Amino acid sequence: MTENGITGAEIVIRALEDQGVEVIFGYPGGAVLPIYDELFQRDHNIRHVLVRHEQGAVHAAEGYARATGKPGVVLVTSGPGATNAVTGLTDALMDSIPLVVLTGQVPTALIGNDAFQEADTVGITRPCTKHNWLVKDPHDLARVIHEAFYVATKGRPGPVVIDIPKDVQFAEGSYVGPGNVAHRTYKPRVKGDLEKIKDAVDAIAAAKKPVIYTGGGVINSGPAASQLLRELARLTGYPVTSTLMGLGAFPADDPQWLGMLGMHGTWEANHAMHQCDVMLCVGARFDDRVTGRLDAFSPNSTKIHIDIDPSSINKNVIVDIPIVGDVAHVLEDLIRVWKAKVCRPDKTALEQWWHEIDGWRARNCLAYAPSRSVIKPQHAIERLYALTKDRDTYITTEVGQHQMWAAQFFRFQEPNRWMTSGGLGTMGYGLPAAVGVQMAFPDSLVVDIAGEASVQMTMQEMSTAVQYDLPIKIFILNNEYMGMVRQWQELLHGGRYSHSYSDSLPDFVKLAEAYGAVGIRASDPASLDDAIAEMIDIKRPVLFDCVVDKTENCFPMIPSGAAHNEMILSDLAEQSVSDAGKTLV
Amino acid sequence: MSASEAIQTHTIAALVDNEAGVLARVIGLFSGRGYNIESLTVAEVDAEEHTSRITIVTSGSAQVIEQIKAQLDRLVPVHRVVDLTVETVPLERELALLKLRASGEKRVESLRLADAFRARVVDSTLNSFVFELTGAPEKINAFIELMGPLGLIDVSRTGVAAISRGAEPL
Repeated sequence: MTENGITGAEIVIRALEDQGVEVIFGYPGGAVLPIYDELFQRDHNIRHVLVRHEQGAVHAAEGYARATGKPGVVLVTSGPGATNAVTGLTDALMDSIPLVVLTGQVPTALIGNDAFQEADTVGITRPCTKHNWLVKDPHDLARVIHEAFYVATKGRPGPVVIDIPKDVQFAEGSYVGPGNVAHRTYKPRVKGDLEKIKDAVDAIAAAKKPVIYTGGGVINSGPAASQLLRELARLTGYPVTSTLMGLGAFPADDPQWLGMLGMHGTWEANHAMHQCDVMLCVGARFDDRVTGRLDAFSPNSTKIHIDIDPSSINKNVIVDIPIVGDVAHVLEDLIRVWKAKVCRPDKTALEQWWHEIDGWRARNCLAYAPSRSVIKPQHAIERLYALTKDRDTYITTEVGQHQMWAAQFFRFQEPNRWMTSGGLGTMGYGLPAAVGVQMAFPDSLVVDIAGEASVQMTMQEMSTAVQYDLPIKIFILNNEYMGMVRQWQELLHGGRYSHSYSDSLPDFVKLAEAYGAVGIRASDPASLDDAIAEMIDIKRPVLFDCVVDKTENCFPMIPSGAAHNEMILSDLAEQSVSDAGKTLV
Repeated sequence: MSASEAIQTHTIAALVDNEAGVLARVIGLFSGRGYNIESLTVAEVDAEEHTSRITIVTSGSAQVIEQIKAQLDRLVPVHRVVDLTVETVPLERELALLKLRASGEKRVESLRLADAFRARVVDSTLNSFVFELTGAPEKINAFIELMGPLGLIDVSRTGVAAISRGAEPL
């Protein structure tokens, strides 16, 4: 299996091929030219996508990874190439997205000399990767690349960086295949402790007011995990809610679905979390956007927590039954134990609980005032959903109000259809992520639900979409404000709109044309459907400028520092926030 | 303050691959997440296996100590993390070098105290001594405190090395 006398650059391409890599997102530069030369000369099956900024390459790889379940691969140069990738790496770390990022480095003899385009890449990326390597010996290169794929994808997934000095790319080394590499230390546990699972089943079966709280871990665990979640929900009849990251694992059309929970979650989901007596947390991590005020979080519940990362257990919320393991493995065992014990939910209690939940549902918390004169952003997303739901659709987003409205109003039925920057909240994520998704699924409908502020952060990737004939649709809810900033300024800062209005916005229709894409503008609610239909029919990249109500707020909202049962709804928006809450982000 | 919020001091041992950057990963983890480091020592303990042992004395609430262990354990080059304070009462030793500049009665007194603490003189001139002392951190603290008025001008400490009592390895 070992092959001698091939160059480091050849080893890189060989290893990527052996790892089954089909697409890499990258940008050439001095310190990676030998690898680019190899891409040019060597006969291989890897498609390279030339982005316009390295941040775009990493977000595109994230979109690719989340839609396919396979690791995303990035190739960038040293110095600025690597530092531009840092935002994407941090984003992928926060959202547990498997990425393998190859960075060029100055020749080993120049490392530490402040050489041209030198940066301490492993130093800079150490806190924003799951692991990273600087490869100084070409004989280590193949092993490190195979280890990198293993580390990125096993356990809690995450981004890894391999920093490869230019002389190592030129030097001759030896190649080993993936089968010959076993990791010395990293062996994450996937099977849950059976005793704990039995305890969990007992608690779940005895529940009077249960709730299943799911997260991105269900998606990361693979499609089987979503199926098992659905089976568990059917067996128990219990209500299901999800974090932003977990949307699609459970179908939004299911009667047991409560909608998303958390800061902009539904009234019913957050009240169910607050009032429940047993909480089954599946692949979620009790993030501050979910819990609200910690000392008031679900005060009376027995908490069961399934997570593959032991450091997620008891990090924010102390739980009663922790189960470390992969969601699919644990749910499979849990369902098996449930059936073996012939468990039955408490029907009377459950009926009473659903009755209570229906009372919360009756608040109709997502209601908004319709308009015939101006497009309401919620209405735009409802229409986008209605007109795309029967298609093979993938949704990405930027970050802000539009993202929350997308989470509330676009009804996801399947996993891996929803790519959004949850943990880091990276404006500019959605457009390049859409490029990545469309590369994986060229015939599907890929829509980036965007805001006009976010989308300008990575707008240059429209050029990438045009170059590779990727018919992505950028659906901009244009309110001329950084909408979420404006909303917080309205609610928390006395309506002082400090620097949240974007004057001098580009004409998005002309901008699309300048890129060689198609621009569409809609500002009249009556013509919105036709405009969306036109967008869907165009088999080219589209910038859709949806001119919406400038001052619409996103509700419900749990203000920072408040508890789940202290949500504000749209008609109560004048309620104030505590001083302590204002200091929270 | 409830029992779970009380600040405890723990000595944690981590067996790690002796590779470039591994110490930076550990230190970066502590600084990035705001954990305390009271003492940290590291040295290779198995040349063939290329493993090093890091001993960290840290403090925090029970929840934070649990987090520290879990966070350390998920670093890729970490083989094993053991909380020596939980599983046994560990043996802890530190080595200190103390330099005194003194003459006359103070010089004589410093030698008497060194004898009582079983410190050794490892360097001397006509007006200075360097003492070497090994022991638990409290013993070293006490020695340093006593030496202060006698002309102590420099202290170097290794930090804590710790090992569990009994027949079991890490």
